[in-house]
Amino acid sequence: MSNVYVLGTGMIKFGRYPEKTVPELGGEAAVLAMKDAGLNIKDIEFFACGNLFQASMMVGQRIMQQIGQTGIPVVNVSNACATGSTAFREAYMAIASGLYDIALAVGVEQMGKQGLLGGTGGGDPAYSTEGKLGSGLMPAVFGQAGVEHMRKYGTKLEHFAKISVKSHQHATKNPFSQYRNALTLEDVLNARMICYPNTLYMCCPTGDGAAAAVLVSERKLKELAGGRKRPRVAASVLTSDPWTERDLAMPDVSTLTRSAAKKAYEQAGVEPKDLSLTELHDCFATAELIHYENLFLCGEGEAGKFIEEGGGVHPDLGGKAPVNVSGGLLSKGHPLGATGVANICEVVWHLTEDPRAKERQIPNAKVGLAHVIGLGSACTIHILTI
Amino acid sequence: MGNNSAATAHACVRATSIAPRYTDTEETFVDMAQETQTTDQGPRPIVPFLRLHPKPHLVGKKCRCGAIFVDSRAVACAKCGADGQFTETRLSNHGKVYVFSVVHQSFPGIKTPYISAIVDLPEGATVRANLVDVSPEEAEKDPNKVFGMPVEFTTSVAGKDREGHDVIVFSYRPAKA
Ligand SMILES: [Zn+2]
Repeated sequence: MSNVYVLGTGMIKFGRYPEKTVPELGGEAAVLAMKDAGLNIKDIEFFACGNLFQASMMVGQRIMQQIGQTGIPVVNVSNACATGSTAFREAYMAIASGLYDIALAVGVEQMGKQGLLGGTGGGDPAYSTEGKLGSGLMPAVFGQAGVEHMRKYGTKLEHFAKISVKSHQHATKNPFSQYRNALTLEDVLNARMICYPNTLYMCCPTGDGAAAAVLVSERKLKELAGGRKRPRVAASVLTSDPWTERDLAMPDVSTLTRSAAKKAYEQAGVEPKDLSLTELHDCFATAELIHYENLFLCGEGEAGKFIEEGGGVHPDLGGKAPVNVSGGLLSKGHPLGATGVANICEVVWHLTEDPRAKERQIPNAKVGLAHVIGLGSACTIHILTI
Repeated sequence: MGNNSAATAHACVRATSIAPRYTDTEETFVDMAQETQTTDQGPRPIVPFLRLHPKPHLVGKKCRCGAIFVDSRAVACAKCGADGQFTETRLSNHGKVYVFSVVHQSFPGIKTPYISAIVDLPEGATVRANLVDVSPEEAEKDPNKVFGMPVEFTTSVAGKDREGHDVIVFSYRPAKA
């Protein structure tokens, strides 16, 4: 196994780009990452592309048509919300295995306003169960998960709401974030309820975006880094959903995250207290709270206390154990396929004191964790160290 | 602000990208319509694990390891991996609410707010259904009153299918003492 390093990263601001195509968005991020690495497409030996909504449409190869068709192996990855981070992991494995020295990972998504249930016609809607046998949609899944925490540990609505306040505060310092407006606790609590206990601002928005990373072997790093310190991928873990009791009726978002976290800390040889920053999958405020415990940032049942003590908040704002200083999915946005790579970009920027993290730089950052969970389910955790 | 599309968009995330847990994709309900084809012109259950005769009840698939699956087309057991070892088992009409959420925003035609509940059955199976005869507002105000609430199974007509059959749905309501 070769050590793997992140030599370059690129990301476009998350938002809405209705005038652009998916390969264009992905291509822009790829070019930014290659420039950052000081390389061009001719140097890339392997390319893994993550995209969900066009998963059957060869997005990776279409990106190559935008940025240079060199004939290298391209794989297209789809793994729910963990799509981008799984693509990153494919690139990591391509190098760790010793097969390649330089690999590109891109995560890209264009969600626009597409969707609702458009295009599913054909079946008799009388047999659709949504709303008749409860709800299987994401807001209900993560609503229930939050309510489960309330039942077990007495967690209050305010705890979840504070997470949204914090994320929006963080986002004011991130020019790559889709939303950059600060909110008060009242704003969050008084907003329209989407699915109890998550109000509007406790749900992430949809949008378009792309992020990319260039990964290299240790050998190549010495040749290319030119003295720059680059983060090492100290752990790369992917898990799926093991059998748990209520899983068919109530998707379990915790067990696979916990097993991934244990493996990742072990692989990296670090402990949760060593983390300078964490970017975790806050698709809903309730999800972030649960993942404080799932990632062992605090003890079982202690997430409420963790929040009350300033856990998750940027040290500039008087907090500790900072989580989602990028603004997180709640503010930065969640273009599904791009999310996992964007989380890694954020961690890399802090570890390398990159100007792109300027206003929100975590001082003296040494170890960062990026976590993504896609329902269905897939969980990735990457730990990077410098 | 413009954050407003958040939840509907999440709905589409679920619909387009996530493996179905229940029968809310076209493919699944096409299958189901075929399975429930009979010459009988009477009411039809919304899902195959709801049985209307002799009295409405749910059935699960039980593996010899003890795991019970509701709404599963599993070839082998997700818990132990044994294949072809399932027997059909009748599930109790009484259970207890484990947790819930209150849905305030949904697709056109679905009345909100409603309580989506996770109900534990004594056999060790868990099902998801609407909780009726409980005020969503009260449930939000005091969730502790809903946790562990003993509930009973009830059925109602959800609508008519394209062939004019009544489609029967199940839900849970507070158990009569
Ligand atoms: Zn079994």
